[in-house]
Amino acid sequence: MMTPLNLATQLLHVLAAGLLMISFAMLAQRRTRRLIVLLAWQGVVLTASTLLVAVTAHLQHLYYSAALTLVEKVWLMPWILLRLMRRLGIEGDSDPLVNIPTLMLVGLGLVIFAFGLAQPISSLATTVTRQTLGIAMAVILLAFLMMIARHKAVTQVIGFLAMENGLFFAANSTTYGMPMVIELGIALDLLVGVFIFGIFFFQIREQFDSLDLHQLEALKED
Amino acid sequence: MNALALVSQLGGVVLAVALAPLLAGWVAQCRAWLQSRSAPSLLLPYRTLRKLFRKDAALATQASPLFRAAPYAVFGAMATAAAIIPSVTTDLPLAKVADAIALVGLFATARVFIALAAMDIGAVFGSMGARREMMIGFLAEPALLMVLFNAFLMFGSTALPTIVKGTLDADGLTLHPSLAFAGVAFVMVLLAENARIPIDNPGTHLEVTMIHESMVLEYSARHLALIEWASWLKLFNYACIGFTLFVPWGIAPHAAGPLGLLLAIVWLVAKLAVAGAVLAVIETVSAKLRIFRAPEFLSMAFLLAVLGLLVHLLLQS
Repeated sequence: MMTPLNLATQLLHVLAAGLLMISFAMLAQRRTRRLIVLLAWQGVVLTASTLLVAVTAHLQHLYYSAALTLVEKVWLMPWILLRLMRRLGIEGDSDPLVNIPTLMLVGLGLVIFAFGLAQPISSLATTVTRQTLGIAMAVILLAFLMMIARHKAVTQVIGFLAMENGLFFAANSTTYGMPMVIELGIALDLLVGVFIFGIFFFQIREQFDSLDLHQLEALKED
Repeated sequence: MNALALVSQLGGVVLAVALAPLLAGWVAQCRAWLQSRSAPSLLLPYRTLRKLFRKDAALATQASPLFRAAPYAVFGAMATAAAIIPSVTTDLPLAKVADAIALVGLFATARVFIALAAMDIGAVFGSMGARREMMIGFLAEPALLMVLFNAFLMFGSTALPTIVKGTLDADGLTLHPSLAFAGVAFVMVLLAENARIPIDNPGTHLEVTMIHESMVLEYSARHLALIEWASWLKLFNYACIGFTLFVPWGIAPHAAGPLGLLLAIVWLVAKLAVAGAVLAVIETVSAKLRIFRAPEFLSMAFLLAVLGLLVHLLLQS
C-alpha cells in the first residue's frame, strides 16, 4: 500500500501531471497560436514546480532558476514566437495533422515506455522529486513525437522548446536542477536558437513560399 | 438495513427525479445569461413536462410495441441508476446490488432502447440519429469505464459508496494527480453523453447536426415527456457520478441522522448549482465539433483516463 506523502510532494505530482496533460494537449492542437499559449502554460507549470522544489529543498539557486524560467519561457519565448507569426503573416494558420487518435495512441505508448524506463532510475534516487522523472521523460518523448508529426517549421520549433521544458523538468526531478552556469548557458542558447529559427523561417519562406518543411525534400538530387 | 436507510434510498431516487428538471432549467438559464439572451424561467422544464403530460399522444401507424415501451424503459433505467449513485448518502441498501460497472450497463441499456425506438418508425432522421448516437456511445463508454477504473484502482472497490467513504475517511487532504486526468476525461464524456455542445446541441433542430433530438422526433405527449425527463435525469446522474468521484465532500456518511441528510441535500443543491454554471460556461465558450471530429474528442477523453491510470501507477508506486 502507498505511504502517505507530504503536501509538497503531492503538489509536485499534480504539477507534473499538469505538465504531461499540457504535452498531450499540444500534441492534439491544430492552431499554432494556441500551441504557443500552451507552451507558455507549460512554462508556468515549470516555474511553479521549480519554486516548489526550491522551497521544500531550501535551494537558493533554484529560486533564480524559477525566475529565469518565468521570464524566458512564460514571457519572452511566446512573445517572440507570436511576434514572428505576426511578421510572417501566419497567425490564423493551422498545421493539419493526420489522424489525431493514432497520434494519441502512439503518445500513450511512449508514456508507458518512459514510465517503464524511469522506474528503476527513480527507485535509486533520493530527491523528493524522484517519481516525476518518468513524467519528465514522457514530456520529452511527446515533444519528439510532436516534432516528427508536424509539417510546419514554426510548430517544429515549438516542439523543440517543449522538449527543452521536459529536459529542464527532468534535471529538476533528478538532481535538483543543473548548476547555475549551465542553466544560464542553456537559457541563452535557447534564446539565440529561437532568433536563428526566426531568421530561418524567413529564409525558408522566401525560398519555397511556404513554411511546410516537406518542401525541403525537393532539395535532394537523385 | 434500518428504516432510515430505506427512506434515504427511496428519497434519493425521488429527489433525483424531482431535481433533474431543475438542473436542466438552471443550465439553460445560465447559458442564456452568458449569451446575453433573456433567460427562460428556472421552472420551464417542469411546465414543459406538465404540458406534455396533458396532451394526447400521437403514434405513427407503423409503431411497434417497442416504440411505446421505450420511453418507460429509458426512464426506468435512469431512475434505477439514480438509486445506485450515492448523491446524498452513502448508506444505500440497493447500491450493494449493482456496482459502477452495472451503472454503465444501465446507461447502455437506455441507449439501446432509445436507438431501437428511433429506428422502429423507419423515418430517416430517426435512424440517422440512432446511428450517430451509437457511434458516440461506443466511443464514450470505454472512456467512462476508464475514468471509473481510476477510482476503482485508488480505493480498491467498484462500489460507488465505498469510493465516497474512502475519500471522506482519508485523514487530511490528499491530492491525486491521476484524478485530475480522470476529471478532465469525465467532463468530456459527460458532454458527449448528454448531447452537450461540442458534440451535440440540445437546443437545435437543425437536421444535419442533431443527434439526440433527431431520435426523439417521432415522440409526442407523455412519451416525449418521459424521454425528456430521462435525458435530464441522465445529466443529473452524470453530475452526481462526478461528485462521488471527484468532490464527495458533503455526502452524508453512514451514521448521519436525518439532520445530516438534510445538510447533505443542501450540499448537493449547492454543488449542482456550481456544476450547472460550469457546464453552461463550457457550452458557451466552445463551438460544436463536426460529427467526424467526435471520435477525436472522445479518444482524447479515453486517453486522458488511461493516462490517469498510468500516472497513478507511476506516482503511487
